[in-house]
Amino acid sequence: MKLDHQIIADVITEEAHVLDLGCGEGELLAYLRQQKKAQVQGIELDEDQMHACVVKGLTVLQGDIESGLVDYPDACFDYVILNQIMQEIRKADFVLQESLRVGHRVIVGFPNFAHWSVRLALTFSGRTPINDALPYYWFETPNVRFLSIRDFIDYCKKKDIRIEKQFFLGKQGTISFLPNLLAQNAIFVISKK
Amino acid sequence: MKKESLGIIDAQYFTFAEPPRRLKLQSGRSLGPVTLAYETYGTLNDKKTNAVLVCHALSGDAHAAGLSPDDKTPGWWDGMIGPGKALDTRQYFVICSNVIGGCKGSTGPSSIDPETGKPYALDFPMITIADMVEAQRNLIDHLGIEKLLCVIGGSMGGMQALQWASAHPDRVLSAIPIATALKHSPQQIAFNEVIRQSIMADPAWRKGYYYEHGQPENGLAVARMIGHITFMSDQSMEKKFSRKLKKENLSFQFTDDFEVEGYLRYRGYNFVKRFDANSYLYITKALDYFDLSGDSFLAEIKKTTVRFLVISFKSDWLYPPYQSQEIVRLLKRKHGYTTYSDLTSTYGHDAFLIEVEDETRLIKNFLAHIPQN
Repeated sequence: MKLDHQIIADVITEEAHVLDLGCGEGELLAYLRQQKKAQVQGIELDEDQMHACVVKGLTVLQGDIESGLVDYPDACFDYVILNQIMQEIRKADFVLQESLRVGHRVIVGFPNFAHWSVRLALTFSGRTPINDALPYYWFETPNVRFLSIRDFIDYCKKKDIRIEKQFFLGKQGTISFLPNLLAQNAIFVISKK
Repeated sequence: MKKESLGIIDAQYFTFAEPPRRLKLQSGRSLGPVTLAYETYGTLNDKKTNAVLVCHALSGDAHAAGLSPDDKTPGWWDGMIGPGKALDTRQYFVICSNVIGGCKGSTGPSSIDPETGKPYALDFPMITIADMVEAQRNLIDHLGIEKLLCVIGGSMGGMQALQWASAHPDRVLSAIPIATALKHSPQQIAFNEVIRQSIMADPAWRKGYYYEHGQPENGLAVARMIGHITFMSDQSMEKKFSRKLKKENLSFQFTDDFEVEGYLRYRGYNFVKRFDANSYLYITKALDYFDLSGDSFLAEIKKTTVRFLVISFKSDWLYPPYQSQEIVRLLKRKHGYTTYSDLTSTYGHDAFLIEVEDETRLIKNFLAHIPQN
């Protein structure tokens, strides 16, 4: 069990209605269905990954995230998950706002671009950083958005979004000391004020 | 898993709506008695909870699987129905009936009108997809099935699956509409109109009253040729025919020089032997009239509990993927838990009959996880 999945699963309540955007092969959704008896819906663009979800018996739509939310009624999910996908979304603000509309709570997980290894790579080697959380060369990365923990907190302040919970992930486990410098990944649970 | 054939399958017949209790049609007219030809595969369980209704497309029939008793022809979806297949008959009781308006054993324009003792011809009332489903509902009642585990079909069969889920959401646990639409676009209506015009332009059509003289062969063959072009894709035609010639050299005459011409002629004139021209007119009209778009889909329902698996094919230009995505959009509005796959295939609209492996993977796993409260 991946640490981020474990953290997200601990947040989610029993029998919750969950929408996972960019659900990949559906490991997290399968776990939530089994452990939390959650009612789950995934959205995934990749055909092979989408099929892997169906093989697991998951309910999943093949489609892109940016156009995937508009037709859902307000507050029809308890949780909308955006785990390790936000950095790949062009209309990040729109997708976050839409997620907050269709879900009571939104769980956002992303790699922290202000991790010390990123700062070092930029400052001393003068190259685009590559680490465990950002494992791609510039010419093959799917990432189009680079944000830090502090950036995300600023965003929530600016947009008047409530941060309910926050988790900072190091290599071994969660950390609380100097997260914007020491955490490779962050997970936020947010909701509308 | 070992896949086996179902062997010889005999057609069954169910007659209902005997006058004066005729079947009321959407047009306001009525029809009776009505006979439905149908086939079943597998065994209905004691609780009658394992029934899957398969709906056929425009020129399909009740013979979906197994072999026909006379010439041992396999059913039109034999790759999908049988032991170990997508619709596993060791598990499910599969039903397929010929639509009303058809010509394969169900009441249609070529059937004898009991009032005149002659074929109905154009006295047959116009029928709609809703009427087809209403007739099927009578059959399902007759079989004592309260709730269908699934209604599945491609193309026009998909429209019936949508109609079932929309009109009888309490009698359907899941629906699998494949390569279909909530309504025909002007382009689809236009193709159907050219198809109808080519039949009606044949003098042998005799305004529909041709049964004593034989079919309007040329008109119906051309109609079917148009259909076949729309079922394929540019890519699949290139692969199948390219510009290959039937003989070594060009004839410099109006003969079928190219293989694609020969193919269309062969399929067109073969179709005449097995399908009634008036049925083709009635059923294409039913396709064009169908419209479950917007608020009419699942009209009474705020939150649907029917599980949907929607499938489209990337190269299908007759029922393009955007039409399936429109179904998905409306299901989201009803807060439906939906699975949708846009399958990669080069076969165009025909893909729903050909891409058995991909469809099997989706359908088998989807059906295995239908919550049965």
